[in-house]
Amino acid sequence: MTVVQTEVGEQTSERLTRSALIRLRFFRNRLAVAGVVILAMMFLLAFVGPFFSKHRWDELDFLALLQPPSQEHWFGTSQIGGDVFALTIRGLQKSLIIGLLVAVFSTGLAAIAGGFAGYLGGKVDRSVMWLIDALLVLPSFLIIAVMSPLYRGRTWLVFVVLLAAFGWMVTARIVRSATMSLRERDFVRAAQYMGVPVRKIVFRHLLPNVASILIIDATLNVGATILSETGLSYLGFGVQPPDVSLGSLIAEGTASALTYPWLFMFAGSALILTVLAVSFIGDGLRDAFDPGSNKSKKKSKAS
Amino acid sequence: MTDSLLHVHGLVKEFHLKPARGAGWKKRIVQAVSGVSFDVARGETLGLVGESGSGKTTVGRCVLRLLEPTAGQVSFDGVDLATLSFDELREVRRRMQIVFQDPYASLDPKMTVGASIAEPLVVQGIGGDHQEKVVSLLELVGLSADHARRFPHEFSGGQRQRIGVARALALDPALIVLDEPVSALDVSIQAGVVNLFDDLQQRLGMSYIFIAHDLSVVRHIADRVAVMYLGKIMEIGPAEQVYEHPTHPYTKALLSAVPLPNPRVERGRSRIMLEGDVPSPVNPPSGCRFRTRCWKATELCSMQEPELQMRADGQSSACHHPEG
Repeated sequence: MTVVQTEVGEQTSERLTRSALIRLRFFRNRLAVAGVVILAMMFLLAFVGPFFSKHRWDELDFLALLQPPSQEHWFGTSQIGGDVFALTIRGLQKSLIIGLLVAVFSTGLAAIAGGFAGYLGGKVDRSVMWLIDALLVLPSFLIIAVMSPLYRGRTWLVFVVLLAAFGWMVTARIVRSATMSLRERDFVRAAQYMGVPVRKIVFRHLLPNVASILIIDATLNVGATILSETGLSYLGFGVQPPDVSLGSLIAEGTASALTYPWLFMFAGSALILTVLAVSFIGDGLRDAFDPGSNKSKKKSKAS
Repeated sequence: MTDSLLHVHGLVKEFHLKPARGAGWKKRIVQAVSGVSFDVARGETLGLVGESGSGKTTVGRCVLRLLEPTAGQVSFDGVDLATLSFDELREVRRRMQIVFQDPYASLDPKMTVGASIAEPLVVQGIGGDHQEKVVSLLELVGLSADHARRFPHEFSGGQRQRIGVARALALDPALIVLDEPVSALDVSIQAGVVNLFDDLQQRLGMSYIFIAHDLSVVRHIADRVAVMYLGKIMEIGPAEQVYEHPTHPYTKALLSAVPLPNPRVERGRSRIMLEGDVPSPVNPPSGCRFRTRCWKATELCSMQEPELQMRADGQSSACHHPEG
């Protein structure tokens, strides 16, 4: 047993680069791989599916109202004759795009805010921390709901910006504390001594060294965002009709969930599978980047 | 001091501490360095030795302006560093470099070795072929060209320290502050790195301030030695002379703690054991700072602080009762 272990150890230090090692650890994790497969399938379904669908999502078939799944309508039809398969795909598309965009924006914002606050300290740090605390105590769900008339009839990108604006604080705090310990390291001091500008120290020296935190958090943020987006859409504050998201589809379907289950079943399972897949990937990434971290210490990020 | 490159006079560095809990609001001040003066000539190596907490690293950082001195003067090549603006300081820093103690912390783990070495060139806006320069620097410190594409974690401590040296050499400095450059390395590696410093100095002719607590390493490399205790220089002079004929009791005690390679001599000699610990720099003893642990201390020592006095050619020490 020990012999095998040393062999692996030597191999990793000799032949594998760090990224290869992380990849190896990640793909050894079965749940994480399952997550990747499921998520890949969801993306395929959402973006390639429309080409195979027999109907468009905004096309109504008045001869088939509330039909159960059939050859013609794979997932059945809605009260007004919409094709549930096309609608679900459209909703999945919206939810996935919103989840990804918000995760990228909010993690980017968190990296910048946390990086500068942690590195500069003093006044910058205090004001960023004050802003974070202020945003954390605000009930983001309610505020976005109240502000929803703002983007009614306009692009859903406003919705993305709002979600991102309320999603960066926790990550920013983590990045800040990581930078604070990094800035005392000699390589940062060496860079300061050489006269490297602050902006470059943060972007070239500090943020690459917290990249693992950022990648993990961005992934977990995708899941959290999809959940809060569908939550808001369910209540009618998110993606606005005529456009659909998984949340609004579920909302429409729940009223008749027992009599016409196909109306909400497919959207519901797509949501559950996606979020589950994303959090498996996030956990897998964390274990791959940081094998020593305790699984039970996982921070709950769902709002 | 005819050809002095660096001139330090009356250097003081104080650190403010947060008041201890329950100690009221009285500000506590640590004088890490209190009135240190020395010169470094061109092409010379000054060894700075002392126990932990004696202020040797702080002196090094103040010289480089990594820390702002509280008082005193540091002039490099005739220019007082305190009068310089940020941009002018950057110009001067081209010619003063530092090698850090911990080779595991001094290189960015996410940057290739080549990028780390080239960084000073990029920052100083030096044009030309950086790649070529990096390769020649790597070869200068005994590594090979293909190491440039690797990451720091692929190297051993000694190799990393060589990389740190290559980075310091990138701008052809006139002075390098070596902040305990070998104390984090294995003994077997230390000799190689110390010889590298020696070799580089002979080829490139720069000056070193070599900070260390290992006396034998300092003896090997330094031309002159300054012995520090609690933020003050106790004795300074040519290395051979200080090692052979120490005039300060503290120097003598330090030297007696260095093991000798010859077991017969080692067994025969008497060792001076110092009592107690280094006093807290927050509240240093009155008069001579070493008196609480000195076996020769008299009343005079607690009343009056000894000045540095010339004992022999170029060798001075601060003691009321110098060794013969």
